[in-house]
Parts: sequence; C-alpha cells; structure tokens
Amino acid sequence: MFKKISREHVIFFGGALVVFLLIQLGISLGIVINDFWSTILRIGAVMAIVSLGLNLIYGFNGQFSLGQWGFYALGAYTAADITYRWYNDQSALGLTIVFLGVIMVGVAILYLRTVLSRIRGLDALSAFTVYFAATLILGIVAFYAGRALDAPVSSILITLPDAVSMQIVFILAVLVAALFAAEVSFLFGLPVLMLGSDYFGIATLGFTIIVKVLLDNSDTMLGFEEMKGARGMIGIPKITSWFWVFLALILVVVIMRNLLHSSYGRAIIAVREDEIAAKAMGVDVAEYKILTFVIGSLFAGLAGGLYAHINGFLHPNTFNFIKSFDPMIIIVLGGLGSMTGTLAASFTWAILLEGVLRLVLPQGFELWRYVVYPLILLLIMLLRPKGIFGDYEMPYLRQLLPPLRKKEPEPVEQAQSKLSEAAQ
Amino acid sequence: MSNNNLQPTNGRQPILEIQELTMQFGGLRAVNNFDLVLHENDLQGLIGPNGAGKTTVFNMITGVYTPTAGRIIFQGQDITGLEPFEINHMGIARTFQNIRLFPNLTVLDNVRIAYHAHAGYSMNDGILRNARFNQKERELTEKTQDFLAIFNLQDRQGTIAKNLPYGEQRRLEIARALAADPKLLLLDEPAAGMNPAEIVSLMDLIHFIRDRFKLTILLIEHQMRVVMGICERITVMDFGQVIARGTPQEIQSDPKVIEAYLGPGAAALSEKFRRKRALS
Repeated sequence: MFKKISREHVIFFGGALVVFLLIQLGISLGIVINDFWSTILRIGAVMAIVSLGLNLIYGFNGQFSLGQWGFYALGAYTAADITYRWYNDQSALGLTIVFLGVIMVGVAILYLRTVLSRIRGLDALSAFTVYFAATLILGIVAFYAGRALDAPVSSILITLPDAVSMQIVFILAVLVAALFAAEVSFLFGLPVLMLGSDYFGIATLGFTIIVKVLLDNSDTMLGFEEMKGARGMIGIPKITSWFWVFLALILVVVIMRNLLHSSYGRAIIAVREDEIAAKAMGVDVAEYKILTFVIGSLFAGLAGGLYAHINGFLHPNTFNFIKSFDPMIIIVLGGLGSMTGTLAASFTWAILLEGVLRLVLPQGFELWRYVVYPLILLLIMLLRPKGIFGDYEMPYLRQLLPPLRKKEPEPVEQAQSKLSEAAQ
Repeated sequence: MSNNNLQPTNGRQPILEIQELTMQFGGLRAVNNFDLVLHENDLQGLIGPNGAGKTTVFNMITGVYTPTAGRIIFQGQDITGLEPFEINHMGIARTFQNIRLFPNLTVLDNVRIAYHAHAGYSMNDGILRNARFNQKERELTEKTQDFLAIFNLQDRQGTIAKNLPYGEQRRLEIARALAADPKLLLLDEPAAGMNPAEIVSLMDLIHFIRDRFKLTILLIEHQMRVVMGICERITVMDFGQVIARGTPQEIQSDPKVIEAYLGPGAAALSEKFRRKRALS
C-alpha cells in the first residue's frame, strides 16, 4: 500500500515539475509562450486556486456558495494595497496594520472558540457578537500599533536590496490577504451558515454584491484614495511570476488532498452526503461547515492576492456578481467533488475563453466569446451532466482502498487442524 | 413515574430514564407525558399505530428535537437539549426509518466516519501527513476492517454504499451506528421493507449485537413478528401517550392495544373470536 502511494507521489510531483519547467522555459526564452500566453497561464492557475476552494465548499461540503468571488476580491485589494504602499511610497504601513490585525484576530478567534465551545446551548448569533466585538477592538488596536511600527519596519526593509524587499512584502501581502479573507469568511459564515443551502447561496451572493459596491466607492466610503474606486486601481507592482502561482497551486492541491483524505475530510464529505445522518454519527455539522467555508475562502483570498499582481491593475468590475459565477461554472464543468476536473477546467477556461477565442474570433467580434462559451457549457451539461470528469481523480488525488486484512482462521477450522495434527 | 413501569431489574442499573417528556408542534401535542426506563442490557420495543409519536420520541432522545417539557437522563446525566453529535459522543447511536447511509461513499468510509471523534490526530497532522497521522489512520482503518468483518461486510469495503442490496444496507447502517461503541442503540423500524428470510436474519443479528457489544436496545417496529419475537418488554403508544406496557404476551391480549390498532369495539370482537376458536 505504501509503496504504491510513493509511486503516485513521484508521478505527481515529477509531472508537476516537468510542467513547471517546460512552461518556465517557454516564458524565459520567449518560445511559444509570449507575454499574452504567460498571463493567461497565470490567470488559469489563479482560477484553479479559487475554484478548488469553491469545490471544497460546494463540491465536497455541499454548501452552495456564491461568495467565493467576494473573498477573491477582498484578497486582491488587500494584497494590492499593501504592495502599492511599499512600491510607491516605501511605506510598510499597510503591511504592519493588516499583519498585526490578522494575527491578533486569528489568535483571538482560536482562543474564543475553545472558551465558547464550553458554553452549552450558545446560539450562533451570540457567539457572532462576541467574535465581532473582539475583532473590532483588535482591529483598532492593530491600526494604532501598525502605525507605530510602520517607521521601524520600513527602515529595516529599506536596507535590503529593492527586489528582495519587494518580494518579501509581496509574499507577506499575499499570505495576510488570504488570512484576512479567511477571517472575514469566518465572521460572515458564522450566522449565515445556519441557513439552509439555498438561502445560504443567496446570502453569499449578497456578500459578493456588498464587496463590489464597497470597492466601487473605496475612495469615498472607505477612504482608501489609492484604490480610486470605480476608476480602477493602478500602480500595483507586476510581480506574480509563474513560479509563485504554480507553487501556490501545488500547495493548495496538496493541502486539500491531504485534508480530504483524512478523518476531517471524511467528516466534511459526510455533511454533504447526509447532514442528519452525519449529526447522528457524531459529526459536529456546524463546525465542519464553517471550517470548510473558511478554508475555501482562504484559498480565494490567496488567489486574489496573486491575481492582483499579474496585471498590476484592479477594477471593481472584475469582481461583479456576474463574474462570480465563473468559478461555479468551472467546478460544475469539471465535476463537483473532483479536484482533477477543477484543475483541468480552470486551465481550459483560461486558455479557451481568454486565449484562443480572443485570437480566433475576427476583430470586433471578441464579445462573441460570451455567446460561444455558454453554448459549450450547455452542450457539456446536456452530454455530461456530472461534469467532464464526473468524480474521477488522478491517481495521486484518489483515495486508495487499504488491502483486505488476512482473516484469522475460524474456530471451526482451528479445531479441525488440531484434530489432524493429533491424528499424525 | 407510573407504577406499571415497574419491572424486574435483577439489580441492573437504569441506563436511560425519560420523565414526562412532551413535544408540542404548534397546536399538535405529538408526545404527551411520555415516561420510559431502560436498564442495562434491556431489549425493549416501542410500538403504536402510525402517527403515535414513536419516531418523535427517538428524535428527542437523539437531540434532533428539543422537548417542550420533560427530562431525558442517560447514565445519570441530563442530556435534554444537547446537540445530536454530543448525544452521540455520550454513547447513544441510532438508525433511521428510511436508511440514511452516506450514499456515494464506500462501505469502509461510511464506518470510518463514525470513528471520527476517536481519530486521535488533529487536522494539522492530517494536512502534514506526519507519523502520528499515518499510525492513527492505519489503526483506525484496521479497526474498521475488523469491525466490518463482524458484520460480514469485509469484502464489500470498496463498494459504494448506495449500490449495496437492501439487506446489506440495513446491516451497514447498524454496523455504522455501533462503530463508535455506544451503550444504547435506537433502531427505528429495522425490518421495514424486508422479506421474511431477511427478517429472520435481522432478528438473529439484533440478538447477536446485543450480546457481543453489551448493548441496551430500544426499537420501533411495525412487524409484530419481530417485536413479539425479540422484545422482552413493550411500550405501546397512541396519540402521543403511553397506553400500555408489559411483556409481549400481556400486550397481545391488552384490549386497549387492540382497540388502538383496530378501532373501538375491536377488543370485544377479538375476544368473541378467541372464545369461538377455543370452543371449536
């Protein structure tokens, strides 16, 4: 059993390395893959990360969520704001505030969970109030502490070479953006996940719309002048390389695969299969719903942070609610509950819709791709209602059956063998 | 507690005590002042016409509904109003009237999910695949396989649950309920939809698991063959209330029970029929 697993490990990671190197080679030498295609491949990888997160929430845990795109937007703007401040003003203000806030709130949430779980019969809204109050207080603390820390952190970072400090700020920005999205999803999910699946879908759609409206007015309502509201944010450093998106994607795939093939993953899937039975079998359904939602949103935030640094330009229209169906369409096309399907569908989506159709269609007809694409969708749904891959997984992502245990001889057989021994 | 609930206990401890349990759905009183005591290793039946409130009682014991009034005490602890998963962790397991397996998962995973609370590793161990995960997961899997072998399902471990034949689905559901080592098992119509041969093997299975796992069992059943064949004591409900308690023999001749099932006047008729048969 374990030998077999290691062989699949080798194939998977070896294959990933080959794909990475081939594409990296193409990008560095400029063969086949020009700037246009390199952007598309990076967008495909980012889409794969968002969609894997959504597949975890909808495909594996059964919660119909349209909020994924909202968390993606949160991640994108959070990371972009942090790097923007460093890139343009040499100020670590965004980083220190968000970093402190995210860490403090994260620790507080984990601590409060252990405290609150001891209170019997505490309803979700009261728990939410406690978490929300803690988040607000710590947010204010982080704001002032972050301002105080800005100068020393900036002065340390400025001593490093420009490229190095930029990379450090970028990595930290993407990570804290992901955590930020995860924490927002925790606060949002706590009261909303009580709702049944359809109502949950509507509520999460509402979330995506709220985020879009806030981003449209980010300069006036929120006071972030550098985000420039509906005019779109410019001046973000373009530093998401193929290496970083690919590394993030592989990490997400491995984390998700390991999670799903553990007892916790089985509990997550049990909630999708039959909530009532899962409860009766001792699975804390509410806990696993929120856990899945937070992990899924963490992936969305991560993808958002990476996306922001591909084009160096963010516009609220990228995050409107029509676009929020894109990851939903990708996971349904690839197959709900199939990671392989999601990976394949994300890259196909990017290459076909953003790449090939844009090039193939004659000038002035680019918008026709939004006609061709739904038609393809319709056809696939008619021909393969379970998605292209159904629930197929590639060997590395597949759950292996353990070998049958050797049965101990039955008492009757034992007695017989003893008899025959005695006869000899 | 009513007097007719007294029964020989041979010094066994009460495991479940239900006191004046009431469930009100709007204007409908589905269960009214329901009392029940189960002692260790009891095998009791709960019967009654459709809509008598039997499944509602089960749902209150397992935490699906919070009772309007009354108390449920399990092994000396008040469990009224706890969440279903907490009640499961305390040692009460159940099966469902219409089988509720995890249909798209394998037989193995169906049972492994029931072991979840005893997995013994954290989520981080699972994500990092460390030594602790490998060891605990192997133990858990081997335990599950041994467990499936008891129910003669070991060769089916890779089968998707929904593809099992009906009788095996029932067996798997019972196996899954027993995986987390409960003290009390609630069976909701285990014989529903079974043919006579399957019913016989089900009755054997119930006896077997009770002895093998030292269980206390409370079962709801409409098949009188099963109820009369295996239950030591029976509680009869009608319109949310207990109308009779006793051994199968006592219940069979109780006029209130006969009337509840067959309508008013039926008791007199059946008495007449019995006398006639005795004469001929």
